[in-house]
Amino acid sequence: MQWHSVNEFLAMGGYAFYVWGSFGITFGCMAFELWLLKKRSQRIAQAVKQEAF
Amino acid sequence: MKNLDTKTSINWLKYASPKTFYPLAGKLIPWCVIGAVGLIVYGLYIGLFVAPTDFQQGEGYRIIFVHVPAAWFSMFLYLLMAMYAGLGLVLNARLSYMMATAIAPTGAMFTLVALVTGSLWGKPMWGAWWVWDARLTSELILLFLYIGYFSLQAAIDDKNRADKASAVLALVGAINVPIIYFSVKWWNTLHQGASVSLMKAPAMATVMLKGMLVMAIGFWLYSIAVILIRVRCEILERDSKAAMFNLGL
Amino acid sequence: MPKTKLTQELGTFSVLYRILARDIKVALRRQSDVTAVFFFFIIAASLFPLGSGADPKLLSAMAPSVLWVTALLSCMLSLSRMYSSDYADGTLEQIMLSNQPTVLIVLMKILAHWVLSGLPLVFVAPLIGLQFNLSSAELQILAVSLLMGTLALSLIGSIGAALTLGIRGTGVLIAILVLPLYIPVLVFGAGAVNAASIGMSPNGALSLLGAVLAMALVFAPLASAAALKIALE
Repeated sequence: MQWHSVNEFLAMGGYAFYVWGSFGITFGCMAFELWLLKKRSQRIAQAVKQEAF
Repeated sequence: MKNLDTKTSINWLKYASPKTFYPLAGKLIPWCVIGAVGLIVYGLYIGLFVAPTDFQQGEGYRIIFVHVPAAWFSMFLYLLMAMYAGLGLVLNARLSYMMATAIAPTGAMFTLVALVTGSLWGKPMWGAWWVWDARLTSELILLFLYIGYFSLQAAIDDKNRADKASAVLALVGAINVPIIYFSVKWWNTLHQGASVSLMKAPAMATVMLKGMLVMAIGFWLYSIAVILIRVRCEILERDSKAAMFNLGL
Repeated sequence: MPKTKLTQELGTFSVLYRILARDIKVALRRQSDVTAVFFFFIIAASLFPLGSGADPKLLSAMAPSVLWVTALLSCMLSLSRMYSSDYADGTLEQIMLSNQPTVLIVLMKILAHWVLSGLPLVFVAPLIGLQFNLSSAELQILAVSLLMGTLALSLIGSIGAALTLGIRGTGVLIAILVLPLYIPVLVFGAGAVNAASIGMSPNGALSLLGAVLAMALVFAPLASAAALKIALE
């Protein structure tokens, strides 16, 4: 374990903005992609249902 | 369009038809998601808690645990897309085109992530948000190639032609990727660019490498899951009869 | 002997020569097509000193990239016409139906494009280079690099032209498709001139440019022919 306290962990040796920014953007983009796909499949399901009935 | 003859085709080729592929993909997706989440969490644990501080770059180097896998997959997914595109042109198989179409957005997303995280790493290390470093420049050009692929697909209304035309473009791009990478590296040495690189191989500790690899496999499983979900959407959108069947209507 | 029989008996080379000659003749008849590219190059290149100031040192440092990028854009301007006029009046389909290999036909169209929009730049670029304070050694390398480079640009550009055949809003789309693919040509072409200007040998860059040209000569006609077949389906 590298860290002695939560604050030290969050500060990332002064690189907090860059490190957390990078991780945030990476996983933010992945989550956004999943959300877009969820929207897309909902839209398809709705369109298909409308066509079926 | 000629269909594959069931008599002459090998058994596994039956998965090349969207009808059988749809449920198969549905079965695979949950496992990929579970694996992706597990490995990414484990990778984050290694990257943020186990890996030691870099003596040169301090804690700032931890960006590589997302940057490097994203950069790997931005390129790998482009080549994979081109491979499916080529397969589509050779076999005239619809599913191959759909795979190529489905891979592109995820590849572009990783390219964007690699660019932004590279720039976030560059600011404290180089003192500038953007340096014309060979790797970052190649990533930027790769993003342009993805943009070209999307633009061509969006511009052609006829799905069949859009598939084939963008497949040719993807193949041309894939042949160009190594040439572009080499030319940019050559250009960088001619103009004596930045000497610090995001990946300094000699100083890389085994833990760091392990963290990056675990993260990379996690990203790989994530990519598979997302691509399969997107292929399923493609299948449904292109064929409303299949859509009704697959959604149980 | 009936005339149709005669055309059937023409050899491959004579048919290909006719395609090339016809393209050039048609374009020369509509002079505006050829001269527009030419004048665009001169005007666009002359804008840069107006933007950056006329410091001779700065200008000669900028010159390789400015002249190369301007040449690249000029060549690109006329790309959308490479196949579209023949496509519109049905000639293209007829040419493709002739029993000559499509790849060679495509190669002739590319050569015609190069003769009409690439080659003129090779002659005018050194003149513009004089305005940018380039030495005669640099001007020579500029001309040689453009001679090889513009042919590679026409080859690569033809893929974009073929892929976008018959699509609305083609001009900008071609630019988006083709510009990233142009990068190696630009890097090695401008790099050769840059190397000459800092006293290094330009041979390395020129041979790399030659390698890119050779690869383009092999792959671009194949890809363009495939793209044309897809567009004409």
